[in-house]
Amino acid sequence: MNFDYSDDQKFLKNEARKFLDANCTTAHVRKVLNDDLKPYDADLWTAVAAQGWLGAAIPEEHGGLGLGHIELCAIAEELGRAVAPIPFASTVYFLAEAVMLAGSDAQKSALLPKIAAGEVIGCVATSEGPGPVSAASVQATVSGGKLAGTKLPVTDGDIATHALVLAKEGGQVGLFLADVAAGVTREALKTLDPTRDAAKLTFAGAAAERLGGAGEGLALLEQINDRAAVLLAFEQTGGADKALEMAKAYALERYAFGRVIASYQAIKHKLADIYIKNELARSNAYYGAWALNTNAPELPVAASAARIAASEAFWFAAKENIQTHGGIGFTWEVDAHLYYRRSRQLSLVAGAPRVWKERLVSQLERRNAA
Amino acid sequence: MDFNDSPEEAAYRAQVRQWLEANAPKVAVGGDDLEGGTKDTMPASKAWQAKKAAAGYAQITWPKEWGGPGGTPIQQVIFNTEEAKYPVPPNPFTIGLGMCVPTVMAFADAETKTRFVGPALRGEEIWCQLFSEPSGGSDVAAARTKAVRAPDGSGDWIIDGQKVWTTGAQFSNFGIVVCRTDPDAPKHKGMTMFWIDMSDPGVEVRPIHQMSGGSGFNEVFFTGVRVKDSQRLGAVGDGWKVSLVTLMNERLAVGGSSGAGWAEFMEAARNVTGLDGAPALKDQAVREKIADWYVQAEGLRHTRNRTMTALSRGQTPGPESSIGKVVAANQMQDLANSAVEMLDQYGIINDPALAPLKGGFHASLLSAPGLRIAGGTDEILRNIIAERVLGLPGDIRVDKDVAFKDVPTGR
Repeated sequence: MNFDYSDDQKFLKNEARKFLDANCTTAHVRKVLNDDLKPYDADLWTAVAAQGWLGAAIPEEHGGLGLGHIELCAIAEELGRAVAPIPFASTVYFLAEAVMLAGSDAQKSALLPKIAAGEVIGCVATSEGPGPVSAASVQATVSGGKLAGTKLPVTDGDIATHALVLAKEGGQVGLFLADVAAGVTREALKTLDPTRDAAKLTFAGAAAERLGGAGEGLALLEQINDRAAVLLAFEQTGGADKALEMAKAYALERYAFGRVIASYQAIKHKLADIYIKNELARSNAYYGAWALNTNAPELPVAASAARIAASEAFWFAAKENIQTHGGIGFTWEVDAHLYYRRSRQLSLVAGAPRVWKERLVSQLERRNAA
Repeated sequence: MDFNDSPEEAAYRAQVRQWLEANAPKVAVGGDDLEGGTKDTMPASKAWQAKKAAAGYAQITWPKEWGGPGGTPIQQVIFNTEEAKYPVPPNPFTIGLGMCVPTVMAFADAETKTRFVGPALRGEEIWCQLFSEPSGGSDVAAARTKAVRAPDGSGDWIIDGQKVWTTGAQFSNFGIVVCRTDPDAPKHKGMTMFWIDMSDPGVEVRPIHQMSGGSGFNEVFFTGVRVKDSQRLGAVGDGWKVSLVTLMNERLAVGGSSGAGWAEFMEAARNVTGLDGAPALKDQAVREKIADWYVQAEGLRHTRNRTMTALSRGQTPGPESSIGKVVAANQMQDLANSAVEMLDQYGIINDPALAPLKGGFHASLLSAPGLRIAGGTDEILRNIIAERVLGLPGDIRVDKDVAFKDVPTGR
């Protein structure tokens, strides 16, 4: 049984934490939070690229480090702890994974080295309005390799160079890789988490190449989402652990009625409940990491479980961290709301928990029927 | 990250499998494992224990000196996993071998140890742990059962009082009992531990009629039970310290969970009509619950895998293993209740001939309250996580530096 990070992976994770402790403090995060004209931390993005993190799971032949996905999970966990304000998930968990999964050799050669070098920023343009993405929700079209339609919200849509776009071609939903250098209008959106960029993209003739087969867009997107879900679960787990640490630290220093509030069972049991959810999330995330790294047939079920557990844990930890802080936790100056906001961003960006629960149960039904 | 055995573990597992295939029973004798079985299943339990002991599979981590093979914790986990694949009889030895006998080993004289360890290991004698009392379940240090020196100057002790919720007392030969020996001392300092012979005429075991209908646990009454001073375990007044050693020896919590789970619920939901005439399994609320239980169950399964990983690497398991019971017990209650509610009016029927799963959900519903209390209540377990895992302060104590006799007791 070897169900944990290896010593080398722990070392990498520890180095990542040290790096982010120096280069991604909440003061850095707040610069993005407080400045509408600063969609992400470009300096951190450059530094992260220099660390090789963007290409951690990209093969060496394509300019990456050629490490496995477990290493990428370790990095994701640390980025989540640090609420890093960079387009890492959009670029690495979605774009790079999509290209590695379904890209042609030419697309891999063209894009993966640039992703690893930090020269490409990805985004996922699938939603067109309220409610889950489905065949019925897709109105955008591709014709003659040109994309038309409107997508919102698109996380990192303002700063992306490339987009994964769901669109109909000849009436069939496909997944397209679009170069968004030209033929697109971008409009910044106000969102729950201003430490991450989001935009409305209006396509009018942007060049788009199909990934995968005609009419296979939704199925391919599911596969990409499964891979991203595991990586996002590590970010969420990292964020949830940090929220618990913040709550604990505050509870140990804050006095009320003559004693630290950490000595009251109401607080102790609350923090114990956060701990329980965080550990369940971590265990599910590890299983997802194993399935992702080995491309196991269990990946869809494991990814769903990882995403559901991590979304629940981060939400619970983030909201109860604020509650533990009391009034001061409701102020702009205390960092608790950064985690509250990020928990919502991460929980919704690849489909809400409700969608994943349905996906999980329908798979369990099939598995049990088989 | 993988689930593979190391070469040494794989070799051990192969050896265990071979032995089990040749020796393990193929037909179940029945009996509830949580309660250690019944009088009827006892001969089978004892025979199986003797076989395991002879082959070095009874207490795998015990040193050779005490009849064990001197194995590792991961070997014990491997054996447990493989053994669970066979319909072995209930195990009434767990508390004795996991908690009582290690306490005897730590505190008794050489002669006593030699007398008791072997027979316990071979399943010839069964031990019970007499800690909980009517006045103190979570608060074990509130024990009121008294032991006083016999007036004849022999040095013997006379025990009077009552214990409760004693698992296996009805078929135990011996027990360890924590007694109040100095009511003038603060509660943690006035207790002393003894081992006793359960066949003493002053010991009366009465089954407790549980709300679930069963009677797996007991009340034990002591009336003038005379014990020798040589039956004392640890110094006079050190009973609390000794009991901590007992509790520390609790078995590794890496077993599986019991009772109906998400898969049984899903099967039931497939066969019950829901709100709109379609199977209840099509109901979105039902589906979300199944997803939540699946994720919890998987979380616990993989938390056990993390614990085993630490053991496999020769490390002490992390604190994550402490979450198991509180999650499992609450899920059992929630899942059972949802299954019963799904049946609507019909849900009140728990006749095994009429209810789904032969009444299994209903049985879970009625035993779940006990599971949330036994072996540490939800509340005590959260305290333990908060204090030992997260390092939060203990509760402010009003009973700490007060003579035990002056501690407020209510009713």
